[in-house]
Order: sequence, then structure tokens, then C-alpha cells
Amino acid sequence: MTQLNETVIENRLIFEASDFTRKSSSLAPDIDVDMVTKSLPEHLLRKSELLLPQVGELQVVRHYTCLSQKNFSIDTHFYPLGSCTMKYNPRICNTLAQLPGFAGRHPMAHSSMSQGIMSCLYELQNMLMEATGMKQVSLTPMAGAQGEFTGVAMIRAYHDHNKDDARTEIIVPDAAHGTNPATAVMCGYKVKELPTNDQGDVDIDALKVMIGPQTAGIMLTNPSTLGVFERKIKQIADMIHEVGGLLYYDGANLNAILGKVKPGDMGFDVIHMNLHKTFSTPHGGGGPGAGPVGVSERLQPFLPVPMVALKDGQYYWLSEDELPLSIGHLSAWMGNAGILLRAYIYALLLGREGMQRVAEFATLNANYLLQRFADAGFEIAFPERRASHEFILTLRKEAKQYGTNAMDFAKRLLDYGFHAPTTYFPLLVPECFLIEPTETEAKTDLDSFVKAMELILEEARESPEVLKQAPYSLPVRRLDDVKAARELDLNYYQSHAE
Amino acid sequence: MPYIPHTSQEIAEMLSVIGVDSIEQLFDEIPPELRSDGLDNIPSRQSEMQVQRLLTEKSMQDGTPLCFAGGGAYEHHIPAAIWEIATRGEFYSAYTPYQAEASQGTLQVIYEFQTMIASLTGMDVSNASLYDGASALGEAVLMSVRANRKAKSKRIIMPATVSSVYRQVVATIVKHQGITLDIIDFDRANGTIDIDKLKQQSEPFAALVIPQPNYFGCMEDVHTLTDWAHEQGAMVIGLVNPVALALLEAPGNWGTQGVDIAVGEAQPLGIPLSSGGPYIGFMACKQKLVRQLPGRIVGRTVDLDGKPGFSLTLQAREQHIRRSKATSNICTNQGLMATATTLYLAFMGRDGLQKVAASCVQNTQALIDLLKISPGICFPFGTSVFHEFVITLPTDVEQVIEAMAEEDIVAGINISQYYAQDGLENALLICVTETRSPEDMAFFADTLNKVISDLTGGARK
Amino acid sequence: MSDIPQELKYTKSHEWVRVEEDGTLTVGITEHAQGLLGDMVFVELPEVGESYEAEQDCAVVESVKAASDIYCPVEGEVIEVNEELEDAPEQINVNAYHEGWIFRINPSNPDDVDNLMNADDYAALVEAEEH
Repeated sequence: MTQLNETVIENRLIFEASDFTRKSSSLAPDIDVDMVTKSLPEHLLRKSELLLPQVGELQVVRHYTCLSQKNFSIDTHFYPLGSCTMKYNPRICNTLAQLPGFAGRHPMAHSSMSQGIMSCLYELQNMLMEATGMKQVSLTPMAGAQGEFTGVAMIRAYHDHNKDDARTEIIVPDAAHGTNPATAVMCGYKVKELPTNDQGDVDIDALKVMIGPQTAGIMLTNPSTLGVFERKIKQIADMIHEVGGLLYYDGANLNAILGKVKPGDMGFDVIHMNLHKTFSTPHGGGGPGAGPVGVSERLQPFLPVPMVALKDGQYYWLSEDELPLSIGHLSAWMGNAGILLRAYIYALLLGREGMQRVAEFATLNANYLLQRFADAGFEIAFPERRASHEFILTLRKEAKQYGTNAMDFAKRLLDYGFHAPTTYFPLLVPECFLIEPTETEAKTDLDSFVKAMELILEEARESPEVLKQAPYSLPVRRLDDVKAARELDLNYYQSHAE
Repeated sequence: MPYIPHTSQEIAEMLSVIGVDSIEQLFDEIPPELRSDGLDNIPSRQSEMQVQRLLTEKSMQDGTPLCFAGGGAYEHHIPAAIWEIATRGEFYSAYTPYQAEASQGTLQVIYEFQTMIASLTGMDVSNASLYDGASALGEAVLMSVRANRKAKSKRIIMPATVSSVYRQVVATIVKHQGITLDIIDFDRANGTIDIDKLKQQSEPFAALVIPQPNYFGCMEDVHTLTDWAHEQGAMVIGLVNPVALALLEAPGNWGTQGVDIAVGEAQPLGIPLSSGGPYIGFMACKQKLVRQLPGRIVGRTVDLDGKPGFSLTLQAREQHIRRSKATSNICTNQGLMATATTLYLAFMGRDGLQKVAASCVQNTQALIDLLKISPGICFPFGTSVFHEFVITLPTDVEQVIEAMAEEDIVAGINISQYYAQDGLENALLICVTETRSPEDMAFFADTLNKVISDLTGGARK
Repeated sequence: MSDIPQELKYTKSHEWVRVEEDGTLTVGITEHAQGLLGDMVFVELPEVGESYEAEQDCAVVESVKAASDIYCPVEGEVIEVNEELEDAPEQINVNAYHEGWIFRINPSNPDDVDNLMNADDYAALVEAEEH
């Protein structure tokens, strides 16, 4: 009797389920393909084989449904991933964004046929202006990184417009996200790295030495990536402005201050927001995001197009005709409009009352977790400081005593049914866990998370090997990253060509 | 409170553990003079029921017009199962798959996506996707300059037959890298790249962009163009429509060597029009360029027990490690869109995609035949098209589009706004996919004739 | 303490340099550096015939978790590169000072090599960095 090999089915690729003699289903139109191709120029027709799998409809449904079950997600697991704001994604936002009147609208449909979606985008622009204290908002950047690019490109456009071409440097704290320096370089700037002091604040003395007529601007996250509020932000803003530079606000941590402080009031000239964090649009396994930018008055002329404007009760698209100094287009149309729509729906549901509570409960949850971890004997990276919406544990003691590093703790957490916090970022803190619970998690789940960490700590003491081999209960065990990089297998048909 | 589950007793317990009297006290490190709680211009919260009603009204206020516009965004049939599966919470609400063991679903989907894109384009490797087709072209331009250092040139030849909007996006993205984008004119009779003008190029250049089909819907002579550019020591970037690739030669097989980088917009593969986004850019290249490929890449490997699995690979090129020296500042792919695209190609398969493409060609020809007998409508280009074509009108194109809108038809795109100086006046770009029935096309032709007749004062009555 | 051969010269950025009999210089990364970077997965080699200034980045070594620039120790022209590393980057891990060499240069000024660190100085540097 043939043995049923379940693992083969479980790990099958869609290509392995394909049979090229299987005919297609009712999903495609019924048409004689060869008849049609005769009308096309012969020398431009496809001669190379088209290797796309031929699989039955149910088999496709089952394949991808089973694959989805191999994921952790917010809907299934606590996901305390620092700096990523993994909060609940209300289903209604998705349901409404998929209404046929929204989903079926062509981006080039005449604006008289797009007033509904344009009204949503217009109102979202206004709400984001109010929430951030900025003078104007453009929604087009398609992700946080593109928002950053947009922001720094506007700083560059501003200096270029003023013929101030001696400004060649952007200052970035050493704790910043890697996108900050990468973005500055894309905009043609040199990066100056600013050190952080032992309290997690920017080193003001180092900053004093660094700034001058060569300073184009500074990129800051506040609260910083270290999970603390930059207390001297006003002084930093004054210092930068005094030498003629501009301040860029990386909105990665906006969730920590929503309804409490506005970047505009801190003195920032330009900000980007991650709507997939603060405004709860889906992370989708890594995108799509949305990274709208907001600006102070002096950068207004440089905003990217299009934006939505309102005149005599009609919404219309603002283009280069109205904004001749605009840095231009970042996407073919209106950025990730469907994601913007989800953020708009979320904002309506929260309203001003709900928005004010976001920072409150995100901060409450973070400080509660911090204290519980401190009480459980874990080392807090900045124990003197109040946590913002996230905080850092350092597992250096555990690494030294038991030989179990942050990655080992992270992998073992997966076995206990918790997604790992962000590990090894920021790089400044050794063996770190950056933990962000968000406001939508219940106290009971936070308590379970602490309990799991306590159990793992005990395991680390008693039998560290258990951690080093973890996880055990997931679809796969630790993967060989070295093999993945040395023997690149990125394409099934290429790697399995006989 | 929306989405906040805390009971008042829990709040009290939590505050007591922290050792503060109120939530407000948790913000005591923020200088008081910076505090501002005012969100007066944000409306008061509404219930889910109220919001549903409001949004349903907004979604219906502009009707559901018949769409004949393309130009980079295409209406195709989307099998119902795609978004049922893609919006399962396990895909929809997962993060970037950094913890590979807890993300095998997303990672395998991306590996399958990469394989399908590589297969469609005839290239060796694909990344996990980029924001959209326009920004993918921008990244391809940056990549070609990085990869073709031998050319000692940062000049890119960008044909006017590439969408004007795409050209604008590329210009924004590459502006500060010292790259020049030289536009090459199109042949007035054929609506394709003017090969004679192209061959007059004497200065070195890093790459030539070849669109297929091009913005006018016309088919470029991709083999000749690819070989010519390679002879000049330049790279070739193929900008392709993924549905057309079911019938047209894959860029990996253009000319004798194939293109170096293939990019495009995968929206036609299962993504709704949705006013322009979220869409999904794709990018594939030859094996030897893989380390210059921006964005995420998933590789197949094995776990501790030797069992196959997937993980993000080549991460050292990326911003979170390489910081200011990264290949790009991009952090993500369009994960959810890549999932939908993979589902689309799996459902359609080879036969299905060929049928969709053939149906587009057939319907487009049918509408062309209908319009050929319309008085006053001209066809400026004599070249074969895939599923889009240009007509010129005897009257103001903008007025025609508005009048057609009154009849609930998105008539197409006014491309004179981009090409008026090239002699293309009152030109309309029309697209017909498999979704348009014979009745739709007849209605379109009749309405267009009537609108033209009305606008030209009924001169032909 | 990792292996630091006496006969080699060293840089602050952890390259080693061997002066060959014909006056050319062979360059690689030290045992200490490869240990910090971990398993090598790729080496981006310089172009033969290119000239570099002292301390200019001219190659990249990539491990799973890091990519690190390799700097030209003194001004000169690249005359040979270790093409075997393209298929077997792990040679750097296995034997950093021999099979793991990365490139060879013809120095513009043969005396420049005297400005590099000797083994004792480099050992002190490694010692200092570890504390």
C-alpha cells in the first residue's frame, strides 16, 4: 500500500499541483485564442513557454487558505512589534472600501464622476492637518519610506528654490530607522550621524558642533525609536532653524502622541505619517502602506501633486498648474487611494474623542508592561524614563549568564503563541526587544505575554538549549539563512528546471 | 470607546502597578507648553452603522459608469475568491515576514509570486513587488545606472511612447542622482518609437526604456530596439503589461539577449481600479543583476530538520542594515496586492490568462471596427494594438469626455493634455478589455456619435 | 585572541596587507573581522584596472546580517581580484589570510605601506575594541 505522505501535500507549491493538460475553468472568457493571435504581428508573438500553473479552482482556494493558516497576524496573535503599531484593523474599513462604487472607479474618470471618493480624500487631508498641526497635507506617497523621500525632497526643493546650495548635509540620530539615512542619500545629501546620550535624548552638545550653513535639515522621530519623548525638542528646533535648516518629523511613532502633542507645535516643518500604523490600515504581510506628508507654511508650494481641493461645492484635483514649484508626482495617480479611504473610515469611527484616547491607552499599555517586566526581573534599557507607546528591554544579562540571546527569546515566544517584539533594533541597545503593545490590546493579553516571558526566563536558567533550538510548534523550525543567501533559490521553475 | 477594551477596574489596576494616579500623568515628560489636546476640526465619532450609511451613499453618488479608460489602470474581471482569500485576517493583518517561522504563509506566497512574475516576463528572478508600475520604472532606472557602470553614463533614453505620468514619476524619483532622462520622439504615422531618430543618438547612455504595448496601445518593434541598445553597450528596461505577455513575447526573449530589467504594473492581475491604488509594481531581472535588485526578495531554504521553508534573503542590501548605502530606501513590498496577484495567476493559469488577453484583443478590434464607420473620427496610427487605441475627434476632446460622462460612460483619456505639442489634438485613448460586452461597445459607439454630432452643431444631420 | 600574523600590515578598518616580492600588495580582511561579520554569502569585487585612493571603498563583503565595505589600504591600481570568492565567499571564513584574499593592487607609492599598522599595533586595536 502506498503511504500517504501528508508532508508532501502540506508543503506543496502551487506549481507542483499543476498539470498543463488540465483545461481552464469558467473564470476566463470562452474564446479561441489561436484565431485571435492570427490578427497580431507574428514576429512579436510569444514564442517562449508561458509557465503558469494549471490548477482546479477548489485546489487553488484550499492551497492559499492553508497557506494563510501558517501566518501569525493581528487577528490571530498578540503582535507587540515595536515601531510597527500592530493595532486592530477594523473589518468595516475594508468592507466599505471594497464597495463597488469605490473599487470600480477608474483613476482617470472625470472629476465630475469622482466626487464621492474625492470628498473622502479632501476630508482626510483636513483631519490629518488637524491631528498633526501642519498647514497642508498631501496624500500621495505610497508608503512611509516614500513619504520620507517626499519630505526630504521638499526640503531640498526649498533650499534649491532659495539658491541656498551650500546646504549639503542632513543630520540623522544614530538610533534612527535605516530609511532615514537611505532617504537622505536618495535626495543627494550627505548624512551626519548624531549621537544619543545615556538617557535616550539627542546629544545637544554634539548637535551644536555639527550644525552650520551646510545643514539642510535634521530628521527626527519623537518619541524616538528608543521609546522616549525627546524633551529638548523645542531647543533642537530653534537651533536648527537658527542656522537655516529645516526639521523633518518621521511619523513612525505618531500613535504615541495622537491628541496630546502636534508635530507642528514642536516646530517641525515637514512630517510623514504612516497610516498603516496610526490609522490602522492593514499591514497586509508587508504593504501596501500609505505615507501622507504634512508641511508648515514655508514648504507648502513644494507639496507633491495631486491633492484634492474644493471650490464652489465641487472637488477638483490640484496639479502643477496650481503648484508650479511642486516636487512632482510620486505615483501614477493618487497614491494608494483605497488605503487612504480605509484610513478615512477609521478616522470617522474614532472621531476626535477616539483619537485622543489612542495615545492615552497605547501609553498606558506600554508603561504597564514595562513595570510588569521590571518587576519580573528583566532589565529596562531606560529605567529612569517614562515609556511612550513602546519601550526597550535588554537581554544582555541573559545572553551573558545563560548564553541565550534576544533572538532565542524571540523564537521561543512564537512557541507560546506570541509574535516576537522587534529584535536588534535600535542597534544602540545590545540584545534588545522593542515592545509596542498598542491601545487595542486587553490587559489580560498583556498579562499572558508577561507570563510567557517569565516562563521563558525560567527555561533560560534551567535549560538554555530549549531556547536555542526554538521554535518547535510552528510550520517550520529555524531556517538556514546562510544557505538561502549562498544558494539563491528565488524562482521555482529556474531552480527546478530539469 | 472604539477598539479600546479596558474596563475601569483594569485601568485602575494598571495605574496602580505603574505607580501613577492618572493616565494623564504618563505624559509628564512632555513639556507642558507643547501640549495641545484640541482636535476641534475632526468630527465627533460615529457608530459603525452611521459610517456604513455615509460611505455607502458616497460610493453611490457618482454611479457605476461603463469604463473605456486604460492608460495604466485596467478593468478586468476579478474572480470572487481572490479577495475572499486575500482579506483573510491571516494575510490582511500580518506584518512584513521578519519572523520567518511565523510567516511561512506570506513567504511562500511571495516565492510563488516571484516565480510567476519571472515566468511571465521570461526573466531569471523577480523581487517581492514594488509600490506601483510608475515607481517601479523609477527604481529600474536607478538600478540600470548602478548596474551599468561600464557605460560611464547616467543618461537614460525614455521614449515619448512611455506614459507621460510614468515619465513624471521617474523624473521625481531620480532627480537628485545626476541622471538625465532624454525623451525620444514617436513616429507620427505609427505611434511607436521613431527608430531613425533613436539611431542618431551618438552619446553613450546607460539604458533604453522600451514599453510594450506602449502608451498609445501600439506594439513596439521590441527585438530590433533591444538589439540596437545592447550593441551600444546600454542596458534595456522593458516596461510591459502583464496580461499582454500571455500573447506577446516575454521581455526576457526580446532580441538576441533579452532585456536586462523588466518592470510593469500588475494591477490588471486581480486588483480593483480603486481610483488609482493601491496597485503593485513588479520588477524582474537577469540573474547577474540580482544584488542590484531593490526591495524585498524571498528565498527557499531548509530548516534545522532539513524541511523546506522560506525566508527573506539578500537583506544586507536593504536600508535597515545598509542604511545610507542601501540599494533603495524601500522597506516593504505591496504584500497584500502580491497575494491577490498570485491568486489571480493561480486561478487563471496559463490558459485562462491567454483567453483574457485574446478576449481583450478581440473586443478592442470590434470597437475599432464600429468606430471606423463613425463620421469625423480618425485613427492617427496604423500600427497593431493590444487593448488600447487612439482616435482623434472633430471637436473638443474634453467636452466629449464630459458629455459622455453625462451618459455614464468613462470615454477614455484625453491624451492631448500630454501630446498637444506633438500634433496630437483632440486625441482620446480608449481601452477595451474582456469585461465589455458587444452591447457595451455598441452603446459606446452610438453615444460617441451622438455626442460628436451634438457638439459639432449637428452639421452632419 | 584571534590570529594576527606578524608578517602582515593592517588597517584600522580591519584589512590585512601582504607585500609581495614584486612590490604589489595583496589585501583581505582579518580573522577578527570575518569573525564579527559571520558567514559570508557574497563578495563584490573591485574592477581590475580601476584606481583607488587610500581609504576609498572598493569592495563589499556581505554576510547574512551585514554588508561591510572594504577600503583600499593605500592609493593604487587593482591588478587582480580573487574570482573564486564569487562562487565560494566562505573562503574568507575558512582562511582569511590565504584563500580568502580579496584583491591585489599596484601601489602608486611603495612607501605608503609603511604608514599601515604592524601586527602588534593591530592586536592592541582589536584588544581595545573588545573592551
